[in-house]
Amino acid sequence: MNTRVTGQGRLIDRSETLTFQFNGETLHGHPGDTLASALLANGKMMVGRSFKYHRPRGIVASGPEEPNALLGLGRGPRFEPNQRATTTELFNGLESQSQNHWPSLEFDIGAVNAAVASVAPVFSAGFYYKTFMFPRAAWKHVYEPVIRNAAGLGKAPKDADIDSYEHFHVHVDVLVIGGGMAGIAAAKAAASSGAEVLLIEQTPHWGGRALADPVVIDGLSGPDWVTREIAALEAMPNVRLRTRCMGAGMYDHGYAMLYERVTDHCPGQVGMPRHRLWRVRAKQTIVASGAIERPLTFAMNDVPGVMLASAVRDYLALYGVAPGQSVVITANNDDAYRTALALHEAGVNVAAVVDTRPSAEGTLPTQTVSNGIQVYTSHGITKVEGKTKVEGVQIAPLEGASDSHKITCDLVAMSGGWSPIVHLYSHCGGKLRWEEESAMFRPAPDRGAPIGSDGQINTHCAGSANGHLIADACMADAVETGKAAAKAAGFKAKSVKAPPVDVAVEEPLQPHWFTPSKGKYAHGTKHWVDFQNDVTAADVRLAAQEGYESVEHTKRYTTLGMATDQGKLSNINGLALLAEKLGRPIPEVGTTTFRPPYTPISMGAITGRSSGHLFKAIRKTRMHPWHERNGADFEPVGDWYRPYCFRRQGEDRKAAVNREILNTRQNVGLLDASTLGKIAVKGPDAGKFLDLIYTNMMSTLKVGRCRYGLMCNENGFLFDDGVVVRVAEDEFLLHTTSGGADNVHGHLEEWLQTEWWDLKVFTANVTDQWAQVAVAGPKARAVIEAAGVEADISADALPFMSYIETVISGFPARLYRISFSGELSYEIATPANYGAALWQALLDAGADHGIMPYGTEALHVMRAEKGFIMIGDETDGTVTPHDLGLSWAVSKKKEDFIGKRALERADLTRSDRKQLVGLMTDNAREVIPDGAHAVVAITETPMRTIGHVTSTYFSPTLGHSIAMALIERGSERLGEELTFPLEGDRILKATICDPVFLDKEGARQNV
Amino acid sequence: MLVMTCPNCGAHCEETELAPGGQAHLKRFGPGSSDADFEGYLFYRKNPHGVHFERWRHAYGCGKWFHAARCTVTLEVFGTYTAQCSEPPAEIIAVIRARRPEWEMEQ
Repeated sequence: MNTRVTGQGRLIDRSETLTFQFNGETLHGHPGDTLASALLANGKMMVGRSFKYHRPRGIVASGPEEPNALLGLGRGPRFEPNQRATTTELFNGLESQSQNHWPSLEFDIGAVNAAVASVAPVFSAGFYYKTFMFPRAAWKHVYEPVIRNAAGLGKAPKDADIDSYEHFHVHVDVLVIGGGMAGIAAAKAAASSGAEVLLIEQTPHWGGRALADPVVIDGLSGPDWVTREIAALEAMPNVRLRTRCMGAGMYDHGYAMLYERVTDHCPGQVGMPRHRLWRVRAKQTIVASGAIERPLTFAMNDVPGVMLASAVRDYLALYGVAPGQSVVITANNDDAYRTALALHEAGVNVAAVVDTRPSAEGTLPTQTVSNGIQVYTSHGITKVEGKTKVEGVQIAPLEGASDSHKITCDLVAMSGGWSPIVHLYSHCGGKLRWEEESAMFRPAPDRGAPIGSDGQINTHCAGSANGHLIADACMADAVETGKAAAKAAGFKAKSVKAPPVDVAVEEPLQPHWFTPSKGKYAHGTKHWVDFQNDVTAADVRLAAQEGYESVEHTKRYTTLGMATDQGKLSNINGLALLAEKLGRPIPEVGTTTFRPPYTPISMGAITGRSSGHLFKAIRKTRMHPWHERNGADFEPVGDWYRPYCFRRQGEDRKAAVNREILNTRQNVGLLDASTLGKIAVKGPDAGKFLDLIYTNMMSTLKVGRCRYGLMCNENGFLFDDGVVVRVAEDEFLLHTTSGGADNVHGHLEEWLQTEWWDLKVFTANVTDQWAQVAVAGPKARAVIEAAGVEADISADALPFMSYIETVISGFPARLYRISFSGELSYEIATPANYGAALWQALLDAGADHGIMPYGTEALHVMRAEKGFIMIGDETDGTVTPHDLGLSWAVSKKKEDFIGKRALERADLTRSDRKQLVGLMTDNAREVIPDGAHAVVAITETPMRTIGHVTSTYFSPTLGHSIAMALIERGSERLGEELTFPLEGDRILKATICDPVFLDKEGARQNV
Repeated sequence: MLVMTCPNCGAHCEETELAPGGQAHLKRFGPGSSDADFEGYLFYRKNPHGVHFERWRHAYGCGKWFHAARCTVTLEVFGTYTAQCSEPPAEIIAVIRARRPEWEMEQ
């Protein structure tokens, strides 16, 4: 069925035909069509089923407010559910499927919900809260399957998105959102001052309603004026224009988020992103987003073929589509008569206009009557007839619903008046006021307007978004707002005058929130308010009756306005019904909160380029390429990638780790320690400063010596540790954990800048400036000597915990004799660029000594064998140095350090805190799972925990499973056997021991 | 998305460049202080409906800390000033008084 009419269709190009698919059927349309207009042109009025009751639903609107026509678009990696047909541009090969039905759109098993609902109101207001209360067993077998079936709109895509997305960052003087009459006029007025202006429009064409509704501006027809003005704006160097670009959200201090659909209408263009997210900073913003028509609430107003009056006009004028052949119009205002006149002019039969007002004598109604169209006043539609399409309406006087008579028709055009689109204005704090005479919420800057950081107003609504619905007032407001915005942005606007606008005068509308019906329709159970979430007038009234007085609560209880359209059509009608039922004026009930985005935007646009390998920056050491070539199995550590182990042919991770440990303990191992945080602290007060930062004394450290130090926060909890080196009298080098360098540096700077700013100290994070290598094992000294070292590194010349600057294998080197493995060990730092070469030189020098590189897991196991703590394993932000048996590193002499006062608090000194212990499992091969809890007794219900495992490994050195744990009064429990209940009924037992498992006296490292 | 001017480098910074540091001008209570004083310093913070003095760091910029005087209701920024002071400077107080005549400095 072709419903195109001749002489109409401003936006389409009939000389070209496009082919597209709907539910597998091949259909045709034209360039310029939306998917919705093309479906209507092919007679496809019913395009989906509703969310809750699976009722047949048709296209209602012509723009982003559409509640019903949500389709699945595309296929495979370009499939996307819930796309509005009304904002989808048609292109050759477009594929679309309707949603929410099984097995087919025409016959749907889920509609059974609706049948059940007509007997018992299963899905009435608050159904989630009421229906599923009991019996408990019914949850699993009845309710959950039903909900699972009903839940979710559309299908989630299965394949990864293959399109690309990007972000734009833009600063402008004046941002104008909306490219209709008001936006164009406001942009031009603002731009005349020389201000930089960005004008955006969500659809592919400029002009808004001026394209569809009769108006004469400056002696030109609406479309001709739009063409002239856009050409003028395009010629101005200070103006940027963008179509297919929507104002998605507005935030504090002039920040706006725009959503540009770059290639949705021509998918797969190489080198072009699909969507662009514009992040705009505007000195001034003009919101000229227009208004949305409201539906009327009458029985069976959801039958496919009931549309907004303005949408019918749009489909006719813009796309040359007559969605019906015989139309009944129902309204409470003059504007809807434009639809009657437009249809009549196009040769479409207008069966009647049903006006709820007692009289209709304005210019437009008078013209309608003189064209021979029947107008009923004080009448309403008591019921729409037809199931999957409109077959007629019953109309009756509002005061006598029983006197109804039928009018045969196949389309109903409804209008309950217009609501300014105040969403964006409200996003950033703009307040509203209910205006009784025009029955709408409009911006009320006197109650509160969005402001910039200077406290001055920075956002204004213009035109119909500001409540000026009639074209002449709309134009005047837009021009004034444009000039005012330019001025506020610091420019001098030229004396632009609004052009003369000739448009029909309208009589006021009369609010009408509910059309009475009789019989089973009398209670409003088929008067739909929210089409997308299936909320009826009866649901709203029931909520009020049950005590839901706040509109925010009613919204959540009934789900009114909570669908993907965020109630663009339903909110005002819903809250008016609520107010009526509560017997309170509308402003007292208020609106729900408008939240960004205005319509849903793609996840891709939010992500921008930050996906795949660009998702997160990865830090790599200078030795990374060598690791990659030599079997490194990487793991992330902070932002770094570090080798977990180096696997040899046929080895699994475990075997590799054990080999690396045993070789380090027997021969010598090489570790890339470049990721270790390194912070230089320099200045006359450096020692004094570090005494405040560390729990132990640093000012007494001698030049050329190293000391292990702990850092607490002001709460007394340990947050980082590492070896401090005194490089010179006034300079220290702080080693931090690999993941903690930035935090520690930030911590130092915070205290230096905000508390002890009198101290003469500079800090610098030099982590990246140095490559660092640990050489550990009995043969470590021999390897370094073989590599060639200028200094004497004998035990006497360079004892444990000392430091020298020297040259190793020709590379400048800082040589620290420190050990995290318990072996004879050196760490060598060299300027980063020499890192890879030094690494190779040490491997070569160590070849005869059996040197092998080792990874982070071997490092972890070896430190655990020695009972060394690891920040993040043994600490979790609630652990003090005392808890870990590190009291020796907490100075008693110092007057002050960060955390000192907190460590004296009662909770941190109580004797039953968890303390660090070692654990030996009863079974030598069984490793306790990390985080396992020890309990008082497994016979208790519930079992009471006394602590948990913090580190747990198989030690190849000892041939035994070892662990560390934080256990209540742990230090008093030496030798006690603990019970760990595990998954299933498994129980593991382990005995508390000293956490130093190997070489407690330190003989191995002191050679 | 707040905009503030960093008094150290002069940049108009956006919220994404800044890291918040909570209430400004806390007096640090260290060793020797009473439990009540220390508890107040460690845990208790003002939560005013209106003028608030805050610490911010230009974290993804010059890295420096600074102070800001801000309205928690309207988000108006009265001014930013150096971190190296123990109370708001007179010129910031003057701006606040001009914009909020009813405001009184809490002791």
